[in-house]
Amino acid sequence: MTKQRVVVTGLGTINPLGNNVIDTWNNLTSGISGIDHITLFDASDLPVTFAGEVKNFDANDYMGKQNARKLDRSGHLSIFAAEEAIQDAGFDLSKPLGEDFGIVFGTGIGGIGATEDAVRVYDERGSTRISPLAITQLMPNSSTGQVAIKYGIKGPSLTITTACAASANAIGEAKRMIEQNIVDKVLVGGTESGTTSMTIGAFAQIKALSKQNDEPQKACKPFDKNRDGFVMAEGSTVLILESESSAKDRDAKVYGYISGYGSSTDAYHITAPSEGGIGALRAMEQAISNADISKENIDYINAHGTSTPANDLNETLAIKSLMNDYAYEVNISSTKSMTGHLLGGGGAFEAMASLLSMKNNQIPPTINLNDSDKDCDLNYTANQSVDKNIDHVMSNSFGFGGHNAVLIFSKE
Amino acid sequence: MEVNEVFDKVKSLFEDELGIDSEKITMDAKLEEDLEIDSLGIVEVVMAFEDEFEIEIDDEELTDVGTVGQAVNLLHSKL
Repeated sequence: MTKQRVVVTGLGTINPLGNNVIDTWNNLTSGISGIDHITLFDASDLPVTFAGEVKNFDANDYMGKQNARKLDRSGHLSIFAAEEAIQDAGFDLSKPLGEDFGIVFGTGIGGIGATEDAVRVYDERGSTRISPLAITQLMPNSSTGQVAIKYGIKGPSLTITTACAASANAIGEAKRMIEQNIVDKVLVGGTESGTTSMTIGAFAQIKALSKQNDEPQKACKPFDKNRDGFVMAEGSTVLILESESSAKDRDAKVYGYISGYGSSTDAYHITAPSEGGIGALRAMEQAISNADISKENIDYINAHGTSTPANDLNETLAIKSLMNDYAYEVNISSTKSMTGHLLGGGGAFEAMASLLSMKNNQIPPTINLNDSDKDCDLNYTANQSVDKNIDHVMSNSFGFGGHNAVLIFSKE
Repeated sequence: MEVNEVFDKVKSLFEDELGIDSEKITMDAKLEEDLEIDSLGIVEVVMAFEDEFEIEIDDEELTDVGTVGQAVNLLHSKL
């Protein structure tokens, strides 16, 4: 059987920049920050008081209180994003998607808010008062199961938890499912809603977060000399992946091809990237080889670009090792400068940004990049979007644990 | 407490805590089919009853409870 090529036929999202694809794209290319002071809970006692929150979303209004209270916020966001993607791909929401559809979700910390709530109840009132919904809300595969139930997805399913590489790995593994003819359509999502008091406190303890509380919109400054950490964010992005032949048979709209996937592990340190980004470099090389293109064919790199001192330096070093002189020419940008860090949801969001960039021939900027770092001296598309013909995009995602996932998107 | 008072409390509890539409909540309504309370939901309902009425309900006592009315009668008998 011939290897199927994989296309993307539907997109859906809810994130700090917008509650649909169009608003998100308009804000991304306008260089608008979705980061602000935390409103979901009282953060005044925390060392970090800002994050990228989803705005203007009430789960009770969206799905009714009886349904909403059964799910954690990550489940609400996943079901919302999946609805837009399924409709965008031209499927009828009133019919189950069925056995020909697989589902793969990526998340970093799953329903961590439900875990925290259950522990508080246990401490205060004992085990017999723990909610019977706690387990089904906190398990990392909750979104996978709930989205499958809601939309009748009955093919193979996976939940991937490689931290901040999770939903890039999810897209890569779904690509393999389709290439191997296991299934011809896969709903792939990346969701995180971990902006809770405990997780922000815990990430702050390991010095991973920016502490620029006074100016939240300016805090996330990837590749800038004054970057001081990432910014927590929440959201969900869903893509409909499909074999090229299935998309042609249905005469479906196509955003582009997922042409390359590379995946590697640092085996170096649980949080720090390997020196010179050599683990990430191997994933980039694999992805380019898998896409069967040359490095110089890449027009845009959607960087992992977290705004931590270590990531941005090592990612820069890895890109230099990969591309040599061409590293100084290629447009790079970090959309995290506007969204904050969606953790396990980042790979799917950035896949969407990469596909839209290719479709619109426009590169979203890295905002807040004002003071150059002598060691981060590549073309990061600072502060203004750039119009340019784009045939191939590379998107990097790296996670705690030393996980590296790299995707290549192609127009043809 | 009279049976109708117990029903009123159960009704407001279902409405406020579980988000169930008030017009669906009648003495004859079936918990599972009519009110869409599944096996996990039953555990929540029992916990809510225990807190509201300050009683304890054993699993065996629930064997014959399938409607709102049967739940109301069980609660009434324990008060």
